[in-house]
This record gives sequence, C-alpha cells and structure tokens, in this order.
Amino acid sequence: MTVRSTCAVAALSVALGGATGVSAEDVEVLHWWTSGGEAAAVSVLKEDLEGKGTGWVDMAVAGGGGDAAMTTLRARVTAGDPPTAAQMLGMNVREWADEGYLGNLNEIAAAEGWDEVVPPAVQAFGKYEGNWVAAPVNMHRPHWVWGSAKIFDELGLEMPTNWDEFFAAADAIEAAGYTAVAQGGQAWQEATIWEAIVLSIDPDLYQSALIEADPEALGSDQMVEAFEIYRKVLGYADDGYAGRDWNLTTALVINGEAGMQIMGDWAKGEVVAAGLTPGEEILCSVVPGTQGSFLFNTDFFAMFDVGEDKQAAQQNMAQSVMSVSFQETFNLTKGSIPARTDVPQGNFDACAQKSMADLAEATAADQLYGSLAHGHGQPASIQGAYLDVVTAFANSDQSAADAAAALVASVAAAQ
Amino acid sequence: MRKLRGLAPQLTLLPSLILVAVTVYGFIAVTMVLSLTKSRMLPRFDRWEGFDNYARVWNHPRWEVAMENFAIFGVLYIGGTLIIGLLLAIFLDQKIRAEGALRTIYLYPMALSFIVTGVAWQWIMTPDLGLERAFQIWGWDSFEFDWITQSEMAIYCVVIAGVWQASGFVMALFLAALRGINPEILAAAKMDGASGPSMYWHVIVPALRPAFLTAIVVQGHLAIKSYDLVVALTGGGPGFSTELPSTFMYEFTFSRNEMAVGASSAVMMLVLVMILIVPYLYSELRDGDR
Repeated sequence: MTVRSTCAVAALSVALGGATGVSAEDVEVLHWWTSGGEAAAVSVLKEDLEGKGTGWVDMAVAGGGGDAAMTTLRARVTAGDPPTAAQMLGMNVREWADEGYLGNLNEIAAAEGWDEVVPPAVQAFGKYEGNWVAAPVNMHRPHWVWGSAKIFDELGLEMPTNWDEFFAAADAIEAAGYTAVAQGGQAWQEATIWEAIVLSIDPDLYQSALIEADPEALGSDQMVEAFEIYRKVLGYADDGYAGRDWNLTTALVINGEAGMQIMGDWAKGEVVAAGLTPGEEILCSVVPGTQGSFLFNTDFFAMFDVGEDKQAAQQNMAQSVMSVSFQETFNLTKGSIPARTDVPQGNFDACAQKSMADLAEATAADQLYGSLAHGHGQPASIQGAYLDVVTAFANSDQSAADAAAALVASVAAAQ
Repeated sequence: MRKLRGLAPQLTLLPSLILVAVTVYGFIAVTMVLSLTKSRMLPRFDRWEGFDNYARVWNHPRWEVAMENFAIFGVLYIGGTLIIGLLLAIFLDQKIRAEGALRTIYLYPMALSFIVTGVAWQWIMTPDLGLERAFQIWGWDSFEFDWITQSEMAIYCVVIAGVWQASGFVMALFLAALRGINPEILAAAKMDGASGPSMYWHVIVPALRPAFLTAIVVQGHLAIKSYDLVVALTGGGPGFSTELPSTFMYEFTFSRNEMAVGASSAVMMLVLVMILIVPYLYSELRDGDR
C-alpha cells in the first residue's frame, strides 16, 4: 500500500493535468447510479478513495438504464479521451475488451486475491483472455417473485414453489379482486419473466438456447412450453400493463393492489424506500422451479487503458471497489449481494441472505448462469433479437409455436 | 481596403458556410460511409461490409413495422393537420370576436415540446388513468378507450397527439395566407356570383397553394424525423408496434451496437426526406424562373 501511495505521489509530481483537467491522482468515473440510495453508495467509494489521496471526478449520466451513459462513453473513447473507469454490464465489458480499450488489473487482483473470492461465472466476465479488466461490484438475481404478505395472509396462501401452485395462487388472488401478477410492458421486463420461465423448465435449455444460441434448442418443444407458460402468466396482468415502468409495477405489490411481481432484487430498493422490510411485509421467493439455479447480472467498473501516470489511481480505485467494506455498504443499499463471497452476511435482509446461500449452492453445483435480459447472455445485437421476439409475443396473440419459430429466425438473422 | 470591403459579405457568410458544410453535409457523408462498414459498437473505417447493411435493414421485422407506421403516421398526421388547420383558419377568418385570444389558444400546443405532449397524452390515453377512467367514474360504464395498450391501434394514438400538437401551427400558416389574398380577387369572385362554400372551394383554397406546399413540406419532414413524441408517448410499444424509422435508427446505433445498420437506416431516412423535398425545391425553382 505504501509503495502504491508513493507511486501516486510520484505520478502526481510528474504529470499535471490531462486533456480534461483530470490530474493524475484523480480517477474519472462514468456511471449511471444517480438515484438516492445508489448515489449515496457511490459517495462511500468516493470518500474511501479520498482517504487514500485519490480524487474522484464524477461523470454521472442518468437515464435509459445506462444507454445514455454508454453513448457518452462511446463519444469519449472515440475522441481518444476515455475515463479512468466506467460502470458496465458483463457483455459490455467483453465488447470493450474486444475493441482493445481496457487496461490490465492483474497486479492488484493477484495482490488482493480476487481469484479466490469472486465466483468463477463472474470472473468469466471480469477477465478477458485470462487478464482482469474490470472489477465486479455486485450480483443481482433477476428471477425473484415478490409477494404482498397482506394479500397472501388474507387468503391463506404460501409463496409458490412450482407453476401449478403459482397459477392456483394467482387464481385465488384474482378471485379476491386483486391484480394477480403485476407486470410492466417493457421489453426487458417481459424478457426477465420469460428467461426465468425458460430456466424453470430446464437449466440445460437455458444454457443451450440462451447462452449458446443453439437453433435446435430455440425451436424445441421445451421452448414452446416456456412460451405457453409465459402466455398464461401474461393473462394475470392488469389493464395498466402497457409500457409501465418496473418501479410503478413494484409499487402495486407494495401498496397491496397486486399479489405478486416477478422482478430482480433491485425491487427491494423500492420496498425499503417505502419503509417496509423485504422478507416480512413483502415476501420473496425464487421463480417457481428455479431453486438450485442462479441467474445473475453484475455491475462492473471496467478499467480503461490509461496512461502510466494514471494507473496508480486506477489501481487504488480497483482495490477500494473490491474491498469487503465497500462491497457490504454498497450492496446493502443497492439490494444486490456482494460480488465476493467472503463478505459477512449479518447486516443483509432475509432475501439477500437466501440469495447468498443459493449462490454458494449454485456455484458448487455449477448452476450459475448469466442473465440474457440483463446483458450477461449475448452481445447487445443478439440480445436485441431475443427481446424483439419476446416482446412481440407478449403484446400480441401469437401462438407459442410461432413464437419459438420466430425466435430461431430472429436469432439467426442477428448473427 | 475597398477590396476588403467588397469581400465583406462573403467573409461574413464564410463561418456559417463552413459550419454547415462540416456539421450537416460532412456528417451526412460520414454516415453514408459508415453505413458501408462493419462498425458495431464504435465507428470503424477499416473493415467493409458493402450494401449488406441495407439488406439487413430492409429484411428486419422492426423496419417493416417502422415503414408501415411511417406510412400511417405520415399520411394521417399531414392530412389531419392540413384539414384541421385549414378549417380553424377559415373559421378564425370570419371576423369573429376575440380572434387574437383564440388564435393564441390554438397555436399554444406548438409551444410545448413533443416530450411534454407525449407524456400528457400518455396520461390521457392510459385506460386506468385518463379518459377511460374519467368517463367510467362519471357513470358511462361501458366507455372504452384503450388504443394505447393495443399493438394494432397504438400508432393512431401517436397520430392524435401529433395532430393536436401541430394543427395550430398549420392554422397560423393558412391564416397568414388567407390574409394575404388580394381583396380585389375576392371582390371579383363575388361579382361573378361566388359566395360561401363555393367561394372557398373554387377561389380561396386554390389561392392557398403555396401555403399548402409549405405546410406539407414542414409537416412531412417532422413526420420523418419524429422521435421524441413516440418515445414519450409509447416508448415504441406495446412491443415495438409504434416503431418509427427514427426509433429504429437510435435503437440499432446506440443500444444494440449495430452502428453500421443504424447508419444505413439513417441514410434511408435521408432518402425519404429527399423524396419529399426535391419535388418541392424543383417546383419552387421553376416558379422562380417564370
């Protein structure tokens, strides 16, 4: 550590000021964590770095689930002036590494022992050709069912563990006059539900159809079955479905107007903001039939290939991001779980603790898969081809067999 | 010194000429070149794909939807604003009281950005929030207006919001043209026995031809580049049923890392604009020669 600080001081005295007025001891960080809790978590990182003498130049670009930030990033990199680090999803890390713009974190990764504490499936995205290029911040799990305890208690229901129970519960909730399954009509939300159903049918189907894009699996009877289940789930949505944002959809469950929502664990942020406790007023369980498997999406800080004068600060940042204390603080607010497995679990809520236990189990059984809907299955162009078919299916009365056939064609055309 | 003064007009124009040449025509050229490359996430000019990108655009189901929607939206939006704008202008031209106030009211939507229009109309047209709910609360239980949630009807919601926004502008164009008609022509027509509707139909409306052309060209290029209205109103949905060429271009260039395909679709949009503008320019220039 002292060596690194000396390096930072030395670098400071050599180079003063870069193209954007960012000096060598500063890190410039592009991210889209601008909402209340997320911004607070980012400031933890900022303070931690300032304690090490590394300044923080914030480049927050809000909106569009990161689309706007990625557009800004492209402009900066094309202009030959990349930031020190940028928030990215797994597939994006790979695409930027492919283009040859990312730096190398092997030194700090070896010193801090990242290889031992980060799950291998996450390493597969954080490393490119065996070299660490990005520091993972968290692990989200997109296949959760959130249930209103009020409605479940009132009707004497239990959180479902298979699809029969799920539909029985949904029927009971609907009969009682509530919306059974709150859903938002945006392509990524639709794909979140659909990919969880594919996983519930068979993890091997998920692997071959969504990760390997095998045309046979895409057009298989199992895929038709997945679309059939999805069609049934869609039938339990309410009239306000079209275009609704995920957080407004979560609010229906929080307010006790809807029984269930299938959504990732970022929904907990809304639950906590409403003053409720995940696991108590809002129940959590994994999507029926997916116990034992674990889909994930991870936010990374990808480290760009910056000049030598800036590398000390960059290494400082990578070290802070991967520190146990930051991983704990950040993920407590974000609703995700840490990307390293040795963070103490005590302060996390019941749902996050379940997630951590499931992660350990799934890692041991090799049942950890990247989420297609959230940038960890296919490159953006092919991911879009999947989402086109799913959203077209969800917003029409297309048959399950036609949808599977359309999926084969769409994915083939995008390759 | 005198020589310099002689050059003054050219020198004054030079900066803006250079700016336009680079930022408009220069980037059009770059986009055309880009559309022939294999660019994915970042622009690259070292690997060439040729015209295959155009084939991919035309074979893509989303582009098919975009072209269909563009036809529906273009025809109804231009037609709707022309008819409503013309009628409003004719009514306002009847020497009525408070014309100034009414004119401002009709023109006012133009002062809003398409984003505001889109969001407001989204609220109005969402069944459990807007019109449908209001009418049901007022006791008309069977009232239904849920086009925005239906894939086949959602594009007409975009038309409604667009027409609402732009009709006042077209009205202003027509009103100015109406006021510009030579009163002697009207007096002559009256003497020939024209009155009321036939006066409008045979004398006044034909005299508005230049205003029609202007309105069509202005509204036409707005229709082609229309982006923010759809994004705010439907987000392109349900599904991608309200996709327009511009949303296709953005999606592929910036979200899907298919920059070359996005550039190809941008060039196709330019071609659409040219189809509209070139005949207009041609007729304008020909008129100038006369």
